Amino acid sequence: MTDVTLAELCIFAASEAFRGNGEIVATGVGPVPRLGAGLAKLTHTPELMMTDGECYLVEQPVPLGPRNYDDRKKAGYLPFSRFFDSAVWSGRRHAMVTPTQIDRFGQINLSQLGGTHKQPKTQMLGVRGFPGNTIYHPNSFFFPSHTTRVFVEGEVDMVSGVGYNPAKRVAGGNYSGVALKKIITNLCVMDFGGTDHAIRVVSLHPGVTFEEVQAATGFPLEKGDLTETPLPDADARAIIAQLDPHNIRASVIKDNPPAHRVS
Amino acid sequence: MLDKRMTAAEIVAQLSDGMTIGIGGWGPRRKPMALVREILRSDLKDLTIVAYGGADVGMLCAAGKVKKVVFAFVSLDAIPLEPWFRKAREAGQLEVLEVDEGMFQWGLKAAAFGLPFLPTRVGLGTDLAALGGLKTVTSPYADAETLIAMPALKLDAALIHVNRSDWRGNVQVFGPDVYYDEWFAKAATKAYVSCEELVDRMEDHYPDDAQFNLFERCFVTGVVELAGGAHPSSMPPHYGWDMKAFKAYADAAKDPGDWSVVADRFVGASEADYMNSIGGKEAVAALPLPIF
Repeated sequence: MTDVTLAELCIFAASEAFRGNGEIVATGVGPVPRLGAGLAKLTHTPELMMTDGECYLVEQPVPLGPRNYDDRKKAGYLPFSRFFDSAVWSGRRHAMVTPTQIDRFGQINLSQLGGTHKQPKTQMLGVRGFPGNTIYHPNSFFFPSHTTRVFVEGEVDMVSGVGYNPAKRVAGGNYSGVALKKIITNLCVMDFGGTDHAIRVVSLHPGVTFEEVQAATGFPLEKGDLTETPLPDADARAIIAQLDPHNIRASVIKDNPPAHRVS
Repeated sequence: MLDKRMTAAEIVAQLSDGMTIGIGGWGPRRKPMALVREILRSDLKDLTIVAYGGADVGMLCAAGKVKKVVFAFVSLDAIPLEPWFRKAREAGQLEVLEVDEGMFQWGLKAAAFGLPFLPTRVGLGTDLAALGGLKTVTSPYADAETLIAMPALKLDAALIHVNRSDWRGNVQVFGPDVYYDEWFAKAATKAYVSCEELVDRMEDHYPDDAQFNLFERCFVTGVVELAGGAHPSSMPPHYGWDMKAFKAYADAAKDPGDWSVVADRFVGASEADYMNSIGGKEAVAALPLPIF
């Protein structure tokens, strides 16, 4: 009936995470989050601010992939040299990123897997800005492959981002800025609206069951209303296509499946 | 001495074993790679390297020059995981202090201001404090907030690549983002600057660009002209990064995987040899700026 892809459905869901966020910097790292932020800005939340991926603020989201260097229309300036002052430590940002692991507390890991800190089995990027991002401003996550390797049992190997784990909260610290919002995966949309901020499934992508999501997750999930994740309409799909002229979104989820499963 | 001109070898001769050295730039951008290569040609060892890391950190680790790394990431962007850094980490050969990107610049600022630390909320609720031995302080005011005391990242020396300088160390720094180069200069006892273009008196050549004087010359100990000196990292507006060179460097971490076998390719016996091997300054200048 429709040729909407699962990646496009995820982009549409990602854009919803930025709805009504106001005059803050929307950062989407990776094609799906970045297209989601761009779609949000061009549709329901024009007041969002965003960069060109480097250091200029743009009012027209920059399309993905090869184009002329000067195609960007610069409206403002937000370099790394003032990123913490202006965006992160002021709380004026919402980032959507893809960590390597996440646990039931919403703690995330981007630093290392296995071994010890002195000798990790696998060294990854390092914590980057995650500790600051997670204590100061809202964050959401996108995972193209929902598995128990990502949604781990127990805790992540190296806690690189603040979650809702009471045992990790040093007494007297101010955690009022911690705001984990949405998790979008190839199976479902989740939030942190369960008991004590537990992760809760709020919508299932067409044809996916809660049991299937639970089986792909290393910890117990709570159930929200379990609606079906909506498909992007024609207008949204046209904007997505315009922001991703080289169809980079087709390479994000394995085999680029349709939003409606072919059974 | 107001004439601060030195050669790269003279700059490296000012460094000694066990020093803490800050390296400007960010990942694959604006790295003083020619000065890093000069360190790689020297006998220096047991260094503590403080950097928003890219191939600078990877090469120094691969060559066994490094005792400790202070980092928030080490990455080549399009090649997310710096392969030689990764090897050194997975071999357990490095001491590390891993911090958040924002904490990192906060530590440089503490050093620049001569403070023992600066307080921050960042790091609370993560593993950073426990792993790095970071202590907390309590606000003496009514809020009594518990904060992490980010220790000053005091540098014995900083290495920075700039667009222009004059003999006295009046620098001009262009490009869309200058990252934290200013704070590396100010956090260091001595900062050494390599540049794309060296002039005698800045006011006689580029007075209209004086507002690009990112840090004042009192923070500059030595200057050297090394056009193309950021290669293979990018140096806007002069040139973009050399992704082919980064790929070759990354591939070499797998095969043959032994730095001593490939060091000659990525370092060269001299900077002139290195430049010749990559096609000269003209080839570097022709590298297109990356598109984001």
